Amino acid sequence: MTQSKWQSLLVPVLSVIVGLLFGAVIMLLFGYNPVDGYQALLEGALGTPFNIGQTLRAATPLIFTGLGFAVAYTAGFFNIGLAGQALFGWLVSVWVGLAMLDSPKWLVLPLAILAGALAGALWAAIPGILKAYFDTSEVIVTIMLNYVAVYIADYLIRNVLTDRADATPFVGANASLRTEWLTELTNGSTMHAGFFLALLFAVIAYIFINRTTFGFELKAVGLNKDAAEYAGMNVKRNIIIAMVISGALAGLGGVMNGLGEFQNIFLTNGVAPAIGFNGMAVALLGLLNPFGVVLAAILFGGLMTGGNIMPLTAGIPSEIVDIVIAAIIFFVGANYIITFFLNRRKVRSAVDNEDVIQQGGQEG
Amino acid sequence: MIQTLALIVSSTLVYSGPLIFTALGGVFSERSGIVNVGLEGIMVMGAFGSVIFNLFTADTFGAWTPWLGLLIGGLVGILFSLVHAVATVHLRADHIISGTVLNLVAPSLGVFLTRELFAGKGQTDMIAESFGYANIPLLSQIPVIGNIFFKSTSLPAYVGILSAFVVAFIIYRTAFGLRLRSVGEHPQAADTLGINVYLMRYIGVLLSGFFGGVGGAVLAQSISLNFSVSTIAGQGFMAMAAMIFGKWNPVGAMGAALFFGFAQSLAVVGSQIPLISSIPSVYLQIAPYIITIIVLVSFVGRSQGPAANGTTYVKSK
Repeated sequence: MTQSKWQSLLVPVLSVIVGLLFGAVIMLLFGYNPVDGYQALLEGALGTPFNIGQTLRAATPLIFTGLGFAVAYTAGFFNIGLAGQALFGWLVSVWVGLAMLDSPKWLVLPLAILAGALAGALWAAIPGILKAYFDTSEVIVTIMLNYVAVYIADYLIRNVLTDRADATPFVGANASLRTEWLTELTNGSTMHAGFFLALLFAVIAYIFINRTTFGFELKAVGLNKDAAEYAGMNVKRNIIIAMVISGALAGLGGVMNGLGEFQNIFLTNGVAPAIGFNGMAVALLGLLNPFGVVLAAILFGGLMTGGNIMPLTAGIPSEIVDIVIAAIIFFVGANYIITFFLNRRKVRSAVDNEDVIQQGGQEG
Repeated sequence: MIQTLALIVSSTLVYSGPLIFTALGGVFSERSGIVNVGLEGIMVMGAFGSVIFNLFTADTFGAWTPWLGLLIGGLVGILFSLVHAVATVHLRADHIISGTVLNLVAPSLGVFLTRELFAGKGQTDMIAESFGYANIPLLSQIPVIGNIFFKSTSLPAYVGILSAFVVAFIIYRTAFGLRLRSVGEHPQAADTLGINVYLMRYIGVLLSGFFGGVGGAVLAQSISLNFSVSTIAGQGFMAMAAMIFGKWNPVGAMGAALFFGFAQSLAVVGSQIPLISSIPSVYLQIAPYIITIIVLVSFVGRSQGPAANGTTYVKSK
């Protein structure tokens, strides 16, 4: 069994490598030098303390949304609504910060963070409840709720939080996750204390999923709803709770944007925050393991931070990085192609060819 | 009154057209057993292909350009959906992950190629030849009804409505349709009967690519009139919802698409219609999505798609 565990670790690693190679091929096809491109990417991501800070800053919300996706997926639930849940977390945390400009930090900051988590949780509860009681496709409902969130957030920003402005004012220092020593350490990057909060939540999520009865129940529901029901578990309740936790984590991802990175919220122009879909990608690449999520989020943070610098230093459009990211996820999803080749090497001398088919076709 | 009705009908059709085609594409794919969350991405590529074609050939083809653009959009959609077909049929990828990859990559790919073609610019120029509004000969002469339904209206939407009936005929009345459905319901049984499961599923996905691409091309050449990262913005997901609302039936999907088009058009033309103009726009903007959810919960309930939808079929030796 250790063999297959080792092998499952190899899938994301090889996916990243193949994804990067794919990106190199595209760069070659369009007449760019991939060596220059990836050098610019690497330097942009890790070259200076400032860039490292920006990379970790970009990873922070992704850890939260990635964990959120992983928790829901454990219960067999595809939470595509991370973006909308994060948007509401972002909005509400900024709102609380702006409403309590004169209160002490020890009160405002925790309150704003909690409020953001709660907003995400409530928004995620809707598809959870609909799934539990009406068996409504969560994929469609969460996607629809993303658009609803976008329009409501824009309306609130324009008409309630401000007087027809495109962005809210900045929150005060009493609601900010930025800390002086982190900013100084990274030569003025926007890295903030939320990163450590994200690591803490990764540990909590790991313990929750792998070491608690409730985590076990979630897994049971995710693997086989009917069997879990038969074993006396409350499937409906578990689905809803999984979604609430997932939404709370996504909401916290939004809080990282609100109180950490941007310190305010602005109009979405119809697009929900990218940390939603990227969080999903991070969770898949991290094999839905909380520690895997942290590593994948840091990788993505690096790709995005470095990717932004590519057009400036190497003249290569940053969209290349998005294509690389999509390719990586593609190979994680189509891991059969990787396991197939790994198995073929192993099985070549063995007798039973049936094994390969059994292992590859586990989806259902 | 008649004028208001005509306005509502024509704008409903304008917004329904893309949804109808794309939803029909979804029907083909899911009837063959492949879930296609990637319709959004396919629309993006169809829109991109048609706009590029339109910009470069409008001088040559004149008024025919947008119609030829539909075909180009469909072809680009086929090429793009090939990725989904290979991933789900041969590489045994999770259908939702693969579809999500299409959605992730399409806007970036489109903008990247736009930058390559237009000296670094992230969006294209406006197209010169768009669909605009047209009268349907003869039918537009009918008193009252002609004015409401057939005068200065959207031709692509009518083509879409007709297509829905053609697709329904194909799926329910032809040998090909029977095979396609059998592969989506019970691939093992179909295989036993000598039907090539893999081939049928490829055809299903590629047809979804064609129709999805056409849907994107209709939208780009009748609503946005250029290509940018936000040209499609959710219409593929709406089309998917229409397909589910229509219970995987082409005519049902078309009806649902008309309904969603109506809901969406209200947010746009609402300000010109008495009564509705007094409703704050945010309610009209979120209405289509809320309505979709309510409809899914109340009318469809435990909606049953094709039985083997979303599963990977592995041919045993």
